[in-house]
Amino acid sequence: MENLVNIFVKSVFIDNMIFAYFLGMCSYLAVSKTVKTSTGLGIAVIFVLGITVPVDYLIENHLLKEGALVWISESFIDVDLSFLSFIIFIAIIASMVQLVEMIIEKFSPALYSSLGIFLPLIAVNCAILGGSLFMQERAYNNIAEATAFGLGSGVGWFLAIVGIAAIREKIRYSNVPDPLKGLGITFIITGLMGIAFMGFMGIKL
Amino acid sequence: MNAEKEPLFSSKNMKLLTEPLNDSNPITVQVLGICSALAVTVKLKPAFVMALSVMVVMAVSNVVISLLRKTVPPRIRIIVQLVVIAAMVILVDQVLKAFVFDISKQLSVFVGLIITNCIIMGRLEAFALSNKPWQSFLDGIGNATGYGVILLIVAFFRELLGSGTVWGYKVIPESVYDFGYENNGLMILPPMALIVVGAIIWVQRAKNKKLVESN
Repeated sequence: MENLVNIFVKSVFIDNMIFAYFLGMCSYLAVSKTVKTSTGLGIAVIFVLGITVPVDYLIENHLLKEGALVWISESFIDVDLSFLSFIIFIAIIASMVQLVEMIIEKFSPALYSSLGIFLPLIAVNCAILGGSLFMQERAYNNIAEATAFGLGSGVGWFLAIVGIAAIREKIRYSNVPDPLKGLGITFIITGLMGIAFMGFMGIKL
Repeated sequence: MNAEKEPLFSSKNMKLLTEPLNDSNPITVQVLGICSALAVTVKLKPAFVMALSVMVVMAVSNVVISLLRKTVPPRIRIIVQLVVIAAMVILVDQVLKAFVFDISKQLSVFVGLIITNCIIMGRLEAFALSNKPWQSFLDGIGNATGYGVILLIVAFFRELLGSGTVWGYKVIPESVYDFGYENNGLMILPPMALIVVGAIIWVQRAKNKKLVESN
């Protein structure tokens, strides 16, 4: 259990998707104009990362890894399909996003109408594919750890986008030099937030 | 349009190649492909390999999609684009693993992330779906160059100030260190990449007034 909390906290603060790896920057920059919309997108990302990372973990360990196909027949012990992981992961993500969209629409129309337009966008958000690829690279021991990592990354992304949106709402009233307005100042603020987040480095629970 | 008569490098085609370098630069103006751009710029060498990989993937997938543009029904175009890109990225990844293994290790997941690099999807959607193969090829090369140039500028400054080297060679002489000069360790850390890009945007927009945003 301690291990899970540790992975979760680490992926929220230290290995933050935005500040440490720049994943999901495109939607992060495009959608962070108001707090309300960025909260919606952030929640959708937590949702999708929390589902796709464990699913990709199962696919990776029971289909793609070298020797993962033994459960079908002993003769598959040498088969290594890991070169297919990119194409499989992206297919899983696209279909998962579709599925999540359908489920939310059925069971919670209120949530659906607030997330609505953001869900399809998420399929091409690099934070999602990045989550699965990091999961593959770091080789977590079991599905619970993979889930903790997925949810933690999502929460980290959520914190980052809501934070920047709040700052951008305020900065509209400040005197930013003309050439720096909009994109430029957003980059620099993100950099400063990243430096602040580095204060969490080395935390261990 | 009379494509047979049009020279391969007519002024219109050259514009496809040069415009992304400044006026419609993918990173600083169109805001595409930031995700992978920043993480690989600690040193020049991986940044160069990354830029080259993106160029190959982009030029080839642009041409393929442009050839397929009349046969693919619009409803399934996104999945077709993803498959074409993913296939190209797998090829590039395998080549990198075979020939420059240590750099491929440094790039880690970011080669795979070329698939979701919005710059490629963006250009396929915006350009290759409605243009001829040769123009799409030029557009791919042009945008990938614009992307690569920013990558190399950022990597140059981060490597020079952060580790005192350029392309792995020492350029800051020992005598400077004896005077008390220190490498700026902050430049190696991820947040500085954002600030360097912010500075590049500032310089570019100060020179090119029509890119300034109103808000």
